[in-house]
Amino acid sequence: MPSFRNSPPPSLEFVDETTDSITLVFKGELRTESVSKVWGKARKKASSRLISTVIIDVHNINYCDGTGIAMLADLLLEAQRRTNVDITLEGLKEDFQQLLDQFDLKHFKPEPDSNAKPIPVTEEVGLTASQFLQDLKELISFVGEAFYSLWIALKHPSTIRWKDMLLTIERAGVNALPIVCLICFLMGLIMAFQSAIPLKQFAAELFIADLVSVAMLRELGPLMTAILLAGRSGSAFAAEIGTMKVNEEVNALQTMGIDPVRFLTIPRIIASIIVTPLLTLFANFMGLVGGWVVYISLGFPTIVYINQIKSAVTLTDLWGGLFKAGVFGLLVAGIGCFRGMQTSMGASAVGQSTTRAVVSGIVLIVMADGLFSVIYYILGL
Amino acid sequence: MTIKNDIVIQANALTCAYGTSVILDNINFEVRRGEVFIILGGSGCGKSTLLKHLIGLYQPAGGSIKIIDQDLVHANQQEHRRILKNIGVMYQSGALFGSMSLLENVRLPLEEHTALDIHAMNLIAHMKLSLVGLGNFTKHYPSEVSGGMQKRAAIARAMALDPEVLFLDEPSAGLDPITSSELDALIRRLAESLGITFVIVSHELASIFAIADRVIMLDAETKGIIADGPPVTLQQSHSNATVREFFNRGKHNNITQVED
Repeated sequence: MPSFRNSPPPSLEFVDETTDSITLVFKGELRTESVSKVWGKARKKASSRLISTVIIDVHNINYCDGTGIAMLADLLLEAQRRTNVDITLEGLKEDFQQLLDQFDLKHFKPEPDSNAKPIPVTEEVGLTASQFLQDLKELISFVGEAFYSLWIALKHPSTIRWKDMLLTIERAGVNALPIVCLICFLMGLIMAFQSAIPLKQFAAELFIADLVSVAMLRELGPLMTAILLAGRSGSAFAAEIGTMKVNEEVNALQTMGIDPVRFLTIPRIIASIIVTPLLTLFANFMGLVGGWVVYISLGFPTIVYINQIKSAVTLTDLWGGLFKAGVFGLLVAGIGCFRGMQTSMGASAVGQSTTRAVVSGIVLIVMADGLFSVIYYILGL
Repeated sequence: MTIKNDIVIQANALTCAYGTSVILDNINFEVRRGEVFIILGGSGCGKSTLLKHLIGLYQPAGGSIKIIDQDLVHANQQEHRRILKNIGVMYQSGALFGSMSLLENVRLPLEEHTALDIHAMNLIAHMKLSLVGLGNFTKHYPSEVSGGMQKRAAIARAMALDPEVLFLDEPSAGLDPITSSELDALIRRLAESLGITFVIVSHELASIFAIADRVIMLDAETKGIIADGPPVTLQQSHSNATVREFFNRGKHNNITQVED
């Protein structure tokens, strides 16, 4: 048998061509690498509407692999597509005939072309809407389940898995400290620096301290911390729980009589509620330090900065921000665990859950932040 | 010792479905105490689905399941918990918790369901692991031991609370013949020495002949049970040709029967 590379491409000749009949003569070797050179040409001839008799002559085919057989099958199937055509295959060697016989041509139904019929827009919209509603329903039932489990856990603190909780505090909290500090230091610095130029025009650089402190304590400290937490830990929760789901570990918990929500999500949620305000404290401080760097480089003494901050923000601003942070922590951990629990089968499902955890985490944070702004405004805080 | 004819699991007119597609329609069977009971059938006939219904992960579309005289389908939370305490499940992949050592994995059900102190729990977990031949691997993590060892550890974990019934999902899948036969020997030993009832999903013929007291065979076409009885009887004299074929590995082969 000739080797792969040296095999010449098969040849195709059209013999006895009349207006309504044709003989396709194949010669050489029908191999995967080279069969495409004749497949298209042969099919074009065979499917021509005028032709009603096709003879496929393969007497001179001395090698034919699976792809070659597929080409012959494709030509023979032409008789199925058009009823008014008569196709005969001549001279196929016994070995190759066996290959062809393994495939039941008579009962073959071609795969529907997926591109042929696009889903109408209305159907697509309806489908998406119903998926969204389904998602919302699952979210609501998860929130209910989580709050119930949280309530039970707080009533019986001995049922909380403290070891897991401490581990999560370390991973989501302690390990996040450097990045939170760095980002918020830069936030403070950039904010102060950007505002220095317009404020200078009014000779009001003194108020950079007010701007940085109010913005950091009330808004950016909690917000940035929560967004970083969503990216770092919300996604991690979803991936961890999602992988456990894929590996049947969640099922295993269930059959051991252990509630997966209580076992897996409660330690993570409690840990997040604890670490987010703590991280926010650091975030606030580092933001103020960033502002301070710009402040002293503009020639103000440190004491002016401190006094200015003291007059600009109150303890209520700080507490308000920290409370918000706690709620953000709850949301990020809750949605991360929820997306993890939602994971279906397969590795790509875990990736999907992770993405969705981050996206819906950030959306929820921003929505909650808007809500807090309104509530704080009404309360006059 | 336990009485052999005591019924542990009873399925009555059980119908299993995912959404609208019915997998198993109106099936009836019972499992007696101390029996090694095997659910078998070709791929896609609903073996794992049936198992998941029997352990309460899925709600049946119709019919009832009784486990140790408790109604699984209509059990309230407390009853459900009691049933779960009396059964153990080994999943196909083992489903051990990767973040815990083998000992911690086995200890987990004890931590959740008993008020024992940590030394007692460690001792029990160690004993269970020794029972499956893993006494020297208590500190290893699942990723550090072989697939066969993971499955044995999963059996140890399933036995942590001394259940009356153990469900095993394809215990010999993906194992080499020697490890697989070791696992079979372990199952037989546990059934005989502890009187545990085993419900096993499998399609490994050699393993079935080695361990099974009774077999039911599911069929995708009829969506029901097409054979019920000891494997040797089914192989030799079942009226249904499909069943005989399955036990003889198709029409053409004749495997030598593996005796226990």
